[in-house]
Amino acid sequence: MIKYLTKRLLFMALSLWLIITATFFFMRMAPGNPFTSEKKMPPAIEANLNAHYGLDQPWYAQYGDYLLRVVQWDFGPSFKYKSQTVNQLINEGFPVSLVLGVEAIFIALAIGVTLGVIAALRHNKWQDYLAMIVAVLGISVPSFIMAAFLQYIFAMKLGIFPVARWGTFMQSVLPAIALAAGPTAFIARLTRSSMLEVLSNDYIKTAKAKGISGFNITVKHAIRNAILPVVSYMGPLSAGIVTGSFVIEKIFGIPGLGSQFVKSINNRDYTAIMGVTVFYSIILLVSVLLVDILYGLIDPRIKLSGGKKGE
Amino acid sequence: MQEISKDKFEIVGNSSVESEKISKASLSFWKDVFTRFKKNKLAVFGLVLLILLIVMAFVGPFLTPYNYYENDLTKTNQPPSAEHYFGTDELGRDMFERIWYGAKISLFIGIAAALIDLVIGVIWGGIAGYKGGKVDEVMMRIADVLYGIPYLLLVILLMVVLGQGIWTMILAMSITGWINMARMVRGQVLSLKSQEYILASRTLGAGVSRIMGKHLIPNAMGPILVTLTLTVPNAIFTEAFLSYLGLGLTPPLASWGTMANDGIGAMQYYPWRLFFPAMFICLTIFAFNVIGDGIRDALDPRLRK
Repeated sequence: MIKYLTKRLLFMALSLWLIITATFFFMRMAPGNPFTSEKKMPPAIEANLNAHYGLDQPWYAQYGDYLLRVVQWDFGPSFKYKSQTVNQLINEGFPVSLVLGVEAIFIALAIGVTLGVIAALRHNKWQDYLAMIVAVLGISVPSFIMAAFLQYIFAMKLGIFPVARWGTFMQSVLPAIALAAGPTAFIARLTRSSMLEVLSNDYIKTAKAKGISGFNITVKHAIRNAILPVVSYMGPLSAGIVTGSFVIEKIFGIPGLGSQFVKSINNRDYTAIMGVTVFYSIILLVSVLLVDILYGLIDPRIKLSGGKKGE
Repeated sequence: MQEISKDKFEIVGNSSVESEKISKASLSFWKDVFTRFKKNKLAVFGLVLLILLIVMAFVGPFLTPYNYYENDLTKTNQPPSAEHYFGTDELGRDMFERIWYGAKISLFIGIAAALIDLVIGVIWGGIAGYKGGKVDEVMMRIADVLYGIPYLLLVILLMVVLGQGIWTMILAMSITGWINMARMVRGQVLSLKSQEYILASRTLGAGVSRIMGKHLIPNAMGPILVTLTLTVPNAIFTEAFLSYLGLGLTPPLASWGTMANDGIGAMQYYPWRLFFPAMFICLTIFAFNVIGDGIRDALDPRLRK
């Protein structure tokens, strides 16, 4: 366990270092310097600004400085909003995104698993076909299109939910559904195929032969085993929720980190893009690691020692 | 019960050669796969849909007298009519023309990205799987580290740095897009290379490239094809996503993604401007998804009836 964890943490650190290094050099390669959009300024002021942000240093000093600051959880200032640091941006935006994301994950898991289980129990019956057609449609609709249609139908035409903004529960329903739609469909397909595999096992037959009710077999024997692939999907799921939040928050005008990130992209606010990218990468790498540990804990057949999983 | 007349039978004697003879025409692996694919109605529907979309992308523009870039400011934001089948946009451009023009670009981006992933993935995964040992370890660790980088974040970053364009978009998608293919090919090659016919081929003096090209890759073709068909919708998806973030193509180039993005702004008053590009994005992704599922099911021997 300890050996496995150190190995994983080492690779995580390597991935992270690669991301930080890549973003740092990409941003240096990007056209223009942070102050080009502003009015022509006297060279003395520009030199002062450069000195203030350490841009007069050679690249390796800037790079070392940046690495050191990231380790101390300091993502530096935003170049566009002089008074704001990237840390402030994250502290303000992330809690909002987190609430929305958790709501979406909850919806995706609840509906996805239910649909998948029903489809598997009614294999090759109309319920199965219906659930799978819904699922394949759900996978085929990009989240921003889903969001736009939900907004058009339920907010603009029917007026059931508010069109946009953030603050109340009602305002979070449509964005959470839009964010959850794709993952729900994916989880439904995943659950269905793993349920079908589990249901064909001998111990299910044994349970049936012992006279256990259908409900108990499904809940206590089948789902507990069939849920494992869904657990391992949690890592990619959180990545999907994060990237999905960029477009969803923009459409619904939610002041989360996702819409902040999009704003920074459109403003070419390089330090903010860099900082938020690194922040997201840390979140995602940690969540993948947590999922893997969780996976080992709930499935005793998996030993977290080798380092190569699933082989 | 249908009556079967006696003269339909003939006595062949009890020679073992005759009784073991296979009377049915032999079925090659791919013919068998195709037969089973045809039984999957949803997959066939997807295939027909995709062929229709591709044909329309080339034929569609000739069905109306307009073109995709010409403005007509007297006819802006027209709803669909006999004159403009899909309506017009805010510059009075015919949406029907623009949809088919965008189809070419969206499909091109999707297919090009998938093909680049295919080439890099097959070579990388093939070498790693075949060489094994240290080479495999190093190559797959590199892939693991790259895989740790969130895909869309990296694509966004690259688009910001490289600037917007068709080729930068394809490049950005391919940088980590090949890893799935590489992993899958490696797994296939690992399990295939220990088979006897590979040993036989080696004993006869076949080189690496011959074994790879003649034996390993053809035998792994099924899963490769499935991964390939499922990569295309992903790329189209990514293209639309980037367009929505304002990192897509710049005018006069237009893809379904950029059109949908323009349409969202006008959704409240001119919903058809979102509806048509959105519908075609969904239809295309849907078609590729069901085709990919269909091939996968057709290849799976456990599902054979």
